Amino acid sequence: MEIAIGVDDLVVLRGKRPVLHGLSCTVPRGSVTGLLGPSGSGKTTLIRCVVGVQKIKSGSVTVLGQPAGSPALRHRVGYVTQAPSVYADLTVRENARYFASLYGIGHRQADQAIIDVGLKQAADQLVTTLSGGQRARVSLACAWVSKPELLVLDEPTVGQDPVLRNDLWQQFHDLARAGTTLLVSSHVMDEAGRCERLILLREGRIVADDTPAAVRAATGTDDLEEAFLRLVLAQEKAVA
Amino acid sequence: MSARITLHTTARILRQLRHDPRTIGLLLVVPALLLTLMRYVFDSQPAIFNRVGVTMLGVFPFIAMFLITSVAMLRERTTGTLERLLTTPVHKLDLLFGYALAFALAAAAQAAVAAGLAYALLDLATAGSAWTVAGLAIGNAVLGMAIGLLVSAFAQSEFQAVQFMPAFVLPQMLLCGLIWPRDQMAGWLETISNVMPMTYAVDALTEVSRHADPTATMWRDVAVVIGCIVVALLLGAATLRRRTS
Repeated sequence: MEIAIGVDDLVVLRGKRPVLHGLSCTVPRGSVTGLLGPSGSGKTTLIRCVVGVQKIKSGSVTVLGQPAGSPALRHRVGYVTQAPSVYADLTVRENARYFASLYGIGHRQADQAIIDVGLKQAADQLVTTLSGGQRARVSLACAWVSKPELLVLDEPTVGQDPVLRNDLWQQFHDLARAGTTLLVSSHVMDEAGRCERLILLREGRIVADDTPAAVRAATGTDDLEEAFLRLVLAQEKAVA
Repeated sequence: MSARITLHTTARILRQLRHDPRTIGLLLVVPALLLTLMRYVFDSQPAIFNRVGVTMLGVFPFIAMFLITSVAMLRERTTGTLERLLTTPVHKLDLLFGYALAFALAAAAQAAVAAGLAYALLDLATAGSAWTVAGLAIGNAVLGMAIGLLVSAFAQSEFQAVQFMPAFVLPQMLLCGLIWPRDQMAGWLETISNVMPMTYAVDALTEVSRHADPTATMWRDVAVVIGCIVVALLLGAATLRRRTS
């Protein structure tokens, strides 16, 4: 298995309080890996470490063979933040074209990215006039327009309608088949089953790092929400 | 750094401005309106209008660009676009120069309208050329932009950013010699005014209003202003951190 992201004994502090307690995990290349856990479990912090914008206390994060945040990685890694980080006072098209231009990518591909996220009809609308779910898709288009080798998505499907969410997951898998690695966070456990690998996070610690099938088998339940609960309870019992 | 990314960034900032016609209107009309007011306040004293009017041509772009840049940069920080940009191939200097170029162009438009009105309709008279005045006005705009960019790092909200204007700009206006000659102030105030960028920006304009040809003092003032721009931009670049906690 070729490794896209390697996290080794990662410790991150927020103020004096640790938010990640010596995490270690790996993400294989060409897969869709889900980063799941409740709100406040450290998903966004871990993601920020992967894209190299988080100050870390100790440990290491290696991305595509280089230390996270290396200048060379900026051409190879796409990042979609949780809150849509696009320019509200530009149109959808102007946003996509601007982010494309940073990678030397032309208008045609920028327009294609807008079609890919289902915003063709809204392409010439100002982002400020769009719904929350549409804004999130603009943000997504601005990241995948550069066709990065690693796409890191922080809760990309929140607030999307079920049909569109299904489409997005379909596209994530199409991208993975074409060789892209995707790390997708979510706090909705019903999305866990759509991933090829799962990293389950709770209170800054890893609860499980495996395939959905293995997690189901280990806990003896088909319901991943229930599996997560059983894993947490088992670990708490072990600690106590 | 890349010229291509810098220019695309400039274009993006100008597009944002274009979607906000009211801001464009305010940028172009307000200085012209204030100059007109001033012209008729000093109706009986054209000599005073000639002195004060020419310096106001330089001070307006400074204030306008200071405000616009500090708010625009604060938005980049609070909406997450800055964090995102810093994970892309954008270099910090691409962003800074992108802003500098965009707002210098906006300032040029502003200076053209204000100076055009002042010379053509308000009978402003300067010994030096109107082109030099316009050039200095654009330089002052870039100075305002560079300082606005720097102080935006210390604002957590738009409320705070806007109030940096009276905090940083008004003391400079009071002390720069526009209201009262600097050598007649309390000595310690003159010393403080000696280290304020606007003192030199205004002094350069005063030189143009009095002398037909650029003077050595004017060139010294221009050099000081350029130095301040460079220092503010470098300090501003230092506040654009890729890694935050």
